[in-house]
Amino acid sequence: MAKVKKSRQKKQQTRVDFTPMVDMMMLLITFFMLCTTLAKPQTMELSMPTNDDVPQDEKTVTKESYTVTIYVAADNQIYYVEGLVKPEDPTCLKKTTWGKDGIRKALIGHVTEDGTQPILDVMTAKAKLDMEREKNPAMTQAQYDERLKAIKRGDIDGKHIETMTVIIKATDNSNYLNLVDALDEMQICSVGKYVIDKINDNDKKLLEAAGVKE
Amino acid sequence: MGKVKLKKQDIWIDMTPMSDVMVLLLCFFMLTSTFTKPEPVKVVEPQSVAEIKVPEKDVLNILVDKEGKVFMNMDNQFQLADVLADVTDQFGIQLTKGQVANFKSDPMFGAPMNVIEKFLNMEESQRREGLKELGIPLDSIDGGKSEFQMWVKSARGVNSDIKVAIKADRETPYKIIKRVMNELQDIDENRYYLITSLKTQED
Repeated sequence: MAKVKKSRQKKQQTRVDFTPMVDMMMLLITFFMLCTTLAKPQTMELSMPTNDDVPQDEKTVTKESYTVTIYVAADNQIYYVEGLVKPEDPTCLKKTTWGKDGIRKALIGHVTEDGTQPILDVMTAKAKLDMEREKNPAMTQAQYDERLKAIKRGDIDGKHIETMTVIIKATDNSNYLNLVDALDEMQICSVGKYVIDKINDNDKKLLEAAGVKE
Repeated sequence: MGKVKLKKQDIWIDMTPMSDVMVLLLCFFMLTSTFTKPEPVKVVEPQSVAEIKVPEKDVLNILVDKEGKVFMNMDNQFQLADVLADVTDQFGIQLTKGQVANFKSDPMFGAPMNVIEKFLNMEESQRREGLKELGIPLDSIDGGKSEFQMWVKSARGVNSDIKVAIKADRETPYKIIKRVMNELQDIDENRYYLITSLKTQED
């Protein structure tokens, strides 16, 4: 018995108590966890047109039915006009909602004068590309981006289709979140050509005639 | 007798593996972390599905709060001093070394030129409180550039690769955003990053 006791005591002497060290580590880790941002914020790239006047011959002309104008109004309201904005005819302004069943459905379902549905075509092409990427992991990000860009331009399966142009107009009292939501829809619908424009007199007249709170 | 001694020994827990794990975790956090810079005003960014990350460097951050107060910062401390010197020179303001050091130590800047000297003489805690009430003016000076435009222009002059990132509160009226963007467009800054947070649920 006495022998066993002696050897045990010797073993204990080599042990170091790590508990205070662990305590300190815990504190340090908590500090770092609270002070840091692990997830970097996301961004959206946005290119605005210049304020300088563009000569007439450099402007691109789009067919009337290939444009949709989205009005972002106060109190989270959203309206859109398919084709040309007619200030004297308030019925061309249609009210919709945000999200999947509202503006997105309207954009996807938009039929042009040629009977095509450009946004639907582009979205299908993009879905196909996404599936292809899933099957083929060798595809690099650069290749994917290149092809996505081509699709957004309207080059689908070797054919060129005319794509949609979306004009986003926000009134003074709409908020920033709504603007970002509208830009988001452009991303989801893979719209290549969209622009944020200012409200002009025609738009003002139309919104007033339709009784929209600006 | 023997029983009691055995019990005493049982309480001992070996902490070595735990401390190993802790050290690993600590290393991980220390290496991956970038410290959050305190912002003078609270800004809740809108959510979006965009998945592009903010560029690593050469970023000029523009912070816009609900009421339209504008603040800025630059990630490169050395260039920041040059930008400050450039802008103050245009107003004929001479800052002391201490004031420049104070300016550089602040996480964000936004004091208008008419109070900048007084502002930079204050203590750090006072500056942090005081900055909330200030903001870079967007009004044009005598029909020319506004102070905001001067700052952006100087930043572009000092570093031609600078990228403009706008972070605005989701409640900000479009009127204010429009004004900021307009002023940027006037000085031919047409590409920006809009800082958003990732949308977690699909609507």
